[in-house]
Amino acid sequence: MNLNAVYALLLREAKIFFREKERIISILISPLLFLFVMGKGMASGTSPVAGYTYQQFIFPGIVAMTILFTSITYGLYIIWDKRLDFLKEVLAAPISRTTLFVGKALGGMLGAIVETLLLVLIGALFILPLDPVKVLLSLAAAFPISYLITNVGLTIGAKMKSMEGFGLVMSFLTWPLFFFSGALFDLGTAAPYIRVISLFDPVTYCVDLLRIIMLGQGAFSVWADLGAIAVFCLATTVLGVSAFGKLQQEK
Amino acid sequence: MAAIKTENLVKRYSEVTAVDGVSLEIPEGEVFGLLGPNGAGKTTLISMLATLVHPTSGTALVAGHDINTQPLEVRKNIGIVFQEPSVDDLLTARENLYLHSMLYGMPRREINPKIDKMLALVNLTERADSFVKTYSGGMRRRLEIARGLIHSPKILFLDEPTLGLDPASRKAVWSHIRELKEAHKTTIILTTHYMEEADSLADRIGIINQGKIIELDTPEALKKKVGQDLVFLKGEIDEAALRLLPFVNSVERENGHYKIGITNSGANLQALLNAGGKIEEVEVRRVTLDDVFLKFAGQQISSDADEHAESIFERIAVNRSARK
Repeated sequence: MNLNAVYALLLREAKIFFREKERIISILISPLLFLFVMGKGMASGTSPVAGYTYQQFIFPGIVAMTILFTSITYGLYIIWDKRLDFLKEVLAAPISRTTLFVGKALGGMLGAIVETLLLVLIGALFILPLDPVKVLLSLAAAFPISYLITNVGLTIGAKMKSMEGFGLVMSFLTWPLFFFSGALFDLGTAAPYIRVISLFDPVTYCVDLLRIIMLGQGAFSVWADLGAIAVFCLATTVLGVSAFGKLQQEK
Repeated sequence: MAAIKTENLVKRYSEVTAVDGVSLEIPEGEVFGLLGPNGAGKTTLISMLATLVHPTSGTALVAGHDINTQPLEVRKNIGIVFQEPSVDDLLTARENLYLHSMLYGMPRREINPKIDKMLALVNLTERADSFVKTYSGGMRRRLEIARGLIHSPKILFLDEPTLGLDPASRKAVWSHIRELKEAHKTTIILTTHYMEEADSLADRIGIINQGKIIELDTPEALKKKVGQDLVFLKGEIDEAALRLLPFVNSVERENGHYKIGITNSGANLQALLNAGGKIEEVEVRRVTLDDVFLKFAGQQISSDADEHAESIFERIAVNRSARK
């Protein structure tokens, strides 16, 4: 692995990300709608975790949602890169596809971490008081979570030929990943088919881990969550590196 | 050692064979011009040599490294200026060059002085810190060229390097290509549509058509194959008699007149006219590479130009507008 090249790739993503301030803000719009309209609007919505309101209960899930959407969208954007601009230059450079993949994955994580930080701070101020340790732990959890989801986006993006598939991926993958993760409800009391499907959804464990950090209680143990996330991280790395290995210049 | 040596290189896409068994050898320090009509396989050939596209069969050694088994070694030794723009719109010129230098593993303290030098070379110093999206087409191309050169590659691929440049910028690029050849002994593979460019820069020219190299020689020798001079005659011409003349190289009918390639028109024109029959109009001019190109690849241009146009530009234009 070529660390100079990883740094260069990450630097490029960082520059582009921080220059588009409108985008940084606009990504937070839908999570805030979920939190302040749905979370507050469902006044009868009860929290399965005692001592918290429904709005507070869904907060960790909405943080996971933000990571999910930011990371997948970032990954899919390499379809654009692939057709023009930067990717061709990078494909021609003397760096391995693994280096390229790692650079891109870190770039995606960067965006997700910044969004997570903003949302967690908003939440800590207005929704769920969090001490600095919890804020830091949440941020730490955001690293593997955003890594694994960016990998999914990059893998699909590397295989997809056109941006037309973008909507399909969002409808058939991103939203189901979000809904089945139990971000908005308690999996323990959900219908059996939801519980079965949720076991195969990596976001389930991400939501659960964040819930344990912020609320002190989740459906699984910390170790089960961390283990599942580690397995998904590994599997998606393998998939992503192999998809990037097959990337060729678009003719 | 040859800078590039290809062996029966083939690239087949589902419907077309873009490159069909190319074997050629390019010595170090040569400027090699690759000419051919649109869709002839120029870009595909270059993409394979630059390890961007896997060959269907065959292989090539580039700077002594196999393109199939040692792509990273090949890449370290080459620079490539793409036909379609690939500089990063969202960054400035300086940032583009910086990232490129990092990706190619240049020593860090050399990077910034080199960037300044390259920016000055392509005349972009004043706009170095503007975003590339504010650049004109010619400025992008100049930046692209600076980027291809900044890591001092041993072998440089230039795919239509002066497309869309104004005459002054084009001349500047030409003189830089000559300097690279003379001062740095860089091997340069150049595709172009401008015959004047190929004629003035290339040591040898390969004409590629339908994926095959159909002619390969120095510009002078290629021109001699057509004839040193071209005589256009109109009237009732005795074609058979013309063909018997020893100094006549070729006779072709074209749009109601005869196009005759001869050697040394100064000495032989009189004899040609005497033998030619009843002549109404005469025009004489030197052979240019345009004539060579038309002779060897000409028919393809007229019949296939529209369908086979390398439509990457159009596709990019469509994509760009869709993105906005």
